[in-house]
Amino acid sequence: MIVAGFDLGTLAAKAVILRDGEIVSSEIRGIKAVPEKVAQDILDKALSQAGLSQEDVVYSVSTGWGRKRVPFANLDMADMPCLAKGAKWLIPSARTVIDVGGQSIRALSINEAGKVLEYNTNDKCAAATGRFLELVAEALELKLEELASLAAQSKEPAKISSQCCVFAESEVVTLVNEGINLIDIVAGVHDSIVRRLAATSGTIGIVEDVVMTGGCAKNERLVGSLGKQLKVDIKTVDVDPQLVGAIGAAVIAQEKASAA
Amino acid sequence: MVIAGCDVGSLSAEAVIMKDGSIVASEIIRVRPRPEQSASDVMDAALSKAGMTYKDIEGCFSTGYGREKIPFASGNISEISCHGKGAQWLIPSVRTVIDVGGQDCKVIKVDENGKLVNFVMNDKCAAGTGRFLEFMAKVLGIGIEDLGPQGLSSEQPVSITSFCSVYAETEVLHSIYEGKAVADIAAGINHAMSERVKALVKRVGVEEDICITGGVAKNTGVVKNLEAALQVSAQKLTVDPQLIGALGAALFAREALANQNR
Repeated sequence: MIVAGFDLGTLAAKAVILRDGEIVSSEIRGIKAVPEKVAQDILDKALSQAGLSQEDVVYSVSTGWGRKRVPFANLDMADMPCLAKGAKWLIPSARTVIDVGGQSIRALSINEAGKVLEYNTNDKCAAATGRFLELVAEALELKLEELASLAAQSKEPAKISSQCCVFAESEVVTLVNEGINLIDIVAGVHDSIVRRLAATSGTIGIVEDVVMTGGCAKNERLVGSLGKQLKVDIKTVDVDPQLVGAIGAAVIAQEKASAA
Repeated sequence: MVIAGCDVGSLSAEAVIMKDGSIVASEIIRVRPRPEQSASDVMDAALSKAGMTYKDIEGCFSTGYGREKIPFASGNISEISCHGKGAQWLIPSVRTVIDVGGQDCKVIKVDENGKLVNFVMNDKCAAGTGRFLEFMAKVLGIGIEDLGPQGLSSEQPVSITSFCSVYAETEVLHSIYEGKAVADIAAGINHAMSERVKALVKRVGVEEDICITGGVAKNTGVVKNLEAALQVSAQKLTVDPQLIGALGAALFAREALANQNR
């Protein structure tokens, strides 16, 4: 049985194809066109990777910000249940999921069945999300992927006082002009994000195992420091952490198709 | 009597030179890495326009976030007081000054002498500041100075509902993907901006006359939207709205000098 899951975030779209309960292909792409087109493009790409065609897909579920804009999806679902389902499917012992995406922070506690018990999100402000790191990387002319290893070299992280992404971007430029070491600035940015993430996720009551997902889970400095701050060992998934929502959607698609 | 005021903000620095109660020269520059340097550069330029040197200045006050680091200033005073002072001196009937600067937004209430009565300010979030407009203009691929005229030409403004600059950026991008016209998006940005400012103004209330100062006062689109939202008409300033802080600082320098000589 072949099913598909889609997660259309604000910045990136993800597709996952499952065949008989195994991931056979996936695709991640930045959203640079109308969501309907991006959804079709990533489906086509993922299908061609797996040597499949759209007729082979018996059921598909969409989630994320653009979930209503995936024309071929059989069902659209809210983000949280998909994230919970995906994290639980990948790491059955997961009881807390901290998802830090391009513009969102979502902390959820889940039960043994993968049901969401409680959650907290960032609401009206993009502070401490992936876009924050992206803006800092752009301002410092660094690659997003090199930030974590640079931060690891710092012995004296700089203090970043702005929570606002846009102001933080200006603040790091000021720090550079003041002659502060680049690695200390980058480390300071990580620290400021971690404080905010800890505050957002702390409210739900952290129960182990804790799993971090979303694009920011690729940053080992954030994962490590957040674990220290929350006094737990944070696990990461062995697939691209950006895919967890789409995987959850695909797993739900599989359940729906099996039940039908 | 020659006096001067210097306003070193987060994005721009301004200098005003006054002689016997009239502005004789002024200058606006983009800030340099250090506030001291911004101050010297902008004052050097203003002095050279006036055909004067530092020796001619009898008193100079500094203001703005870099105000404590200005070597040639004889005193410094907060930009809140300066905007109130400068605006009320230009237009004596003004009681509410809305100053929208590069990285903050302030609503300042003054009495008939230009003295500060009350104020509110946002400097924690880029929403409702010049930085928001700069950020949006960049996403839209036009100059910040084009946002106003472009927006005014729109008949179908797009709706931008997010408060956060980053979320608004996404809304703008999605409008672009959907093929919306630049003018309509610009109008949406100006409207969103004026809504943020309005929210701040509502916290202290509007007392007429009002005027709008700071760089954002140059965005005709935002000004029109804000006037409509507050149901008032803003008094027109006869000098560049970005200079009001520096002007207020110069007026405080004049008062200090007068007190000294008394």
